Amino acid sequence: MATVSFSPAGESLYAFLAGEIDHDAAQSLRIQLDDALVSRSPQTLILDFGGVGFMDSSGIGLILGRQRIACTVGAALRIQHAPAQLGRVLQLAGISCTDAGQKEE
Amino acid sequence: MKAENTTKIQFDSLSVNESYARGAAAAFLARYDPTVPQLADLKTAVSEAVTNCIVHAYPDRIGTVTMTIAVYPGREVHITVTDKGIGIPNVEQAMQPLFTTGNPEERSGLGFAVMQSFMDKVRVTSKPGKGTKVLLVKRLTQREGT
Repeated sequence: MATVSFSPAGESLYAFLAGEIDHDAAQSLRIQLDDALVSRSPQTLILDFGGVGFMDSSGIGLILGRQRIACTVGAALRIQHAPAQLGRVLQLAGISCTDAGQKEE
Repeated sequence: MKAENTTKIQFDSLSVNESYARGAAAAFLARYDPTVPQLADLKTAVSEAVTNCIVHAYPDRIGTVTMTIAVYPGREVHITVTDKGIGIPNVEQAMQPLFTTGNPEERSGLGFAVMQSFMDKVRVTSKPGKGTKVLLVKRLTQREGT
């Protein structure tokens, strides 16, 4: 089970993800994130993984898929506050630690 | 070598059972006092293997997934995830990072790469039309000072 709550900040839209992101949970997150990207048209969508306790490679598919949608609607995608367990999965996909926001900005 | 402790569960190939499978594995292995990263590695590998069964082994029907866990002396954990689905025609190709037969828009093709990175050993045996068995092996190293 995973949830997402949105919080706009100027031209940016924060998506605070929480729970466990697996193939099951990714399906509903995908719909909600794409809907937000299209209907709210932010300049930047920030995926915040601070509340995520577990993520497998389905989460990578979720990130890469949203990257693609963001690109088509002219938005940028950023990732922040990835916990250590996620960091290893992100590294495998070549999503860099800086992008993963392991350091506080 | 004889296992110290074993368990076996069977469940339907429904995506809601991905969290059940990794939760069951974590609960069974908790008494062997894994470190937090070790437990996370095991849960992630189980989640990948079970997701493969749900997405790839049974693409258009609900089948049965069987998971066994055996703990051997020296805290060596063997987990098998078995299905009776469509099988993998070319295991070597399927295990290549980024290779996926799933929807490339949403599947990263990293499932086996994650399993191989997080486990000590991954062995996949498959027969097209008969099913696939994934063996995951990881030794729980002793904590420092114990």
